[in-house]
Amino acid sequence: MEHGPEPILSVRNLKTYFFQDEGIVHAVDGATFDLYRGQTLGIVGESGCGKSVTARSVLRIVERPGRIVEGEIILRREQPNGQTDEIDLTKLNPDGALMRAIRGKDIGLIFQEPMTSFSAHYTIGNQITEAIRLHLKLSKAEARARAIEMLRLVGIPKPERRVDEYSFQLSGGLRQRAMIAMALACDPGILIADEPTTALDVTTQAQILALLERLQRERGMAIMLITHNLGVVAEMCDAVVVMYLGRVVEKGPVRQIFHNARHPYTQALLRSIPSIEAAPRVKLPTITGSIPHPYKRPKGCPFHPRCAHVMPGLCDVQTPALQPVAEHQEASCFLYHPSQ
Amino acid sequence: MLSYILRRFLLAIVTVWAITVLAFVIIQLPPGDFVTIYINALQSSGSPISYGQAEAMRAQYGLDQPMYIQYLKWMGMMLQGDFGMALAWNKPVKEIIGDRLTLTMVVSIAAILLTWTVALPIGIYSAVRQYSLGDYVFTFIGFIGIAVPNFMLALILMYVGYKYFNMSIGGLFSPQYAEAPWSLAKVLDLLQHLILPALILGLAGTAQLIRIMRANLLDELRKPYVVTARAKGLSETRVILKYPVRAALNPFASTIGYYFPYVVSGSIVVSLVLSLPTVGPLLLTALVAQDMFLAGTIVLMLGVMTVIGTFVSDLILMWIDPRIRMEG
Repeated sequence: MEHGPEPILSVRNLKTYFFQDEGIVHAVDGATFDLYRGQTLGIVGESGCGKSVTARSVLRIVERPGRIVEGEIILRREQPNGQTDEIDLTKLNPDGALMRAIRGKDIGLIFQEPMTSFSAHYTIGNQITEAIRLHLKLSKAEARARAIEMLRLVGIPKPERRVDEYSFQLSGGLRQRAMIAMALACDPGILIADEPTTALDVTTQAQILALLERLQRERGMAIMLITHNLGVVAEMCDAVVVMYLGRVVEKGPVRQIFHNARHPYTQALLRSIPSIEAAPRVKLPTITGSIPHPYKRPKGCPFHPRCAHVMPGLCDVQTPALQPVAEHQEASCFLYHPSQ
Repeated sequence: MLSYILRRFLLAIVTVWAITVLAFVIIQLPPGDFVTIYINALQSSGSPISYGQAEAMRAQYGLDQPMYIQYLKWMGMMLQGDFGMALAWNKPVKEIIGDRLTLTMVVSIAAILLTWTVALPIGIYSAVRQYSLGDYVFTFIGFIGIAVPNFMLALILMYVGYKYFNMSIGGLFSPQYAEAPWSLAKVLDLLQHLILPALILGLAGTAQLIRIMRANLLDELRKPYVVTARAKGLSETRVILKYPVRAALNPFASTIGYYFPYVVSGSIVVSLVLSLPTVGPLLLTALVAQDMFLAGTIVLMLGVMTVIGTFVSDLILMWIDPRIRMEG
């Protein structure tokens, strides 16, 4: 893991809750992780585990009734004079000038729905140049030239023509490429990719992932890759954060997570991947039970009702904290608590 | 794109033709004709006319001929710009309708403009601040606006105006301008008188449009492209006005067409109450008297305006929505 001494983004004990009439949903409940320059960090978990809300919390675009109630999100920006400044994003006004200057400029976002993530009322070029003009203060012509350049960079053929087309005139793969071009138009240090390939067919998925890898090599940006696809994680990521019900249950370098997972949830997730080497006609192991209803969160360790190693009287009473289990690897499970 | 316009245009012409037939049939539907009503009126006033006189009148107006001949004759006159005689007035229809039609347009357009300028911002506010105090207040006012019949509102406002402000609300002109030729002073006078009728006629529509805009925008606000726009770092105002509001405007553009006749036909009672010189009350009396040329012309005019309005809203839709422009 070659990365700078200080993470570009540090999330500490982040809690984002949704205050609804029926009760409070703890979408993110104490997430802690670091993202380093040039690193690809995979955030994995089942649907509803708080991956996307984490991403939106970082950008401060969590929609009402959601709100960050606790925690820190420290962004370290490199200044032109070579120094870095630290900003706690949770302290900023979400619609304030500084937060808006960070959004799109320092942190780019691409997500799942290439179909609807562009507005159908404006050309691709209009929507890309908008971000460029906002952050880089370029003239109309310069911004347009840059937009075309970006479209070429992400491998869209005939970009000088595509720039004047509408999103519904592009195929899903091209649309996702255009989306990447838009997210990277202002050269952000961090790219948050929220399920970037989920809606694409497998061939296009591979192309988009290869594109992201190439762009990362060329530009040295950090990627926060949110996915439920462990194959994508193995392919792309340097480090992994596994989330369950808004909490980080395990994190570490990708190799260690795949070969030496410690948390029972991670182990169960890995067992449920179909493998070429597995015996044929054998049922794929699944994680027993299903994700608890958001309003009926289990007490103690959130995973204990589905856990094979549950210790009654402990797991259903107390909540475990992240413990070092190997070099650079941590898991939040009582199996590894030193006192147990 | 051209083929889209051409197709719409041809459809519009076919529709207009269908409207002429319908207008004619509707007017002929009630038993009897204008002469029957006329004779009844004379009889009840004590001066009956002979059978011969009645037949002569029928022949004069062409009422003794079969229906399709009457229709063809009527259409022929229409195409030459002759709308026939208003039988009850014994004056050409053109003369009776002319000014009233213009004033109807003025009142309706004023009502529609007022509706839009009030409804759009409130609708946007209500959607963006859903379930806020302001949203509830506007929703409350909105439902009252839908529920109160507009002639009642007209009566209340007239009463309040007369009792507390000692002014008479009604008509579109002050007495000294009513018969005067057009001048700047008369236009200003008209504008002053226009506000209340426009408000009364626009109220129900405003309330409806607020609800429509709110619902449309709430749908759009949840779409991913709004998140994209936010993630770019645009200010919230810019995000909302540029993206979801633009998308939510589509249904507005497509209702321009039917909104006009809606205002006109909805205004008959209000026009009577406020004694507005518009075509609404005229249509009512013409229908009661079975004055076929007058009623026919008005119904036809309203129909043609609806068609023109729809055509215009198609063009506007094409202009604001690239999907229609590219694929139509």
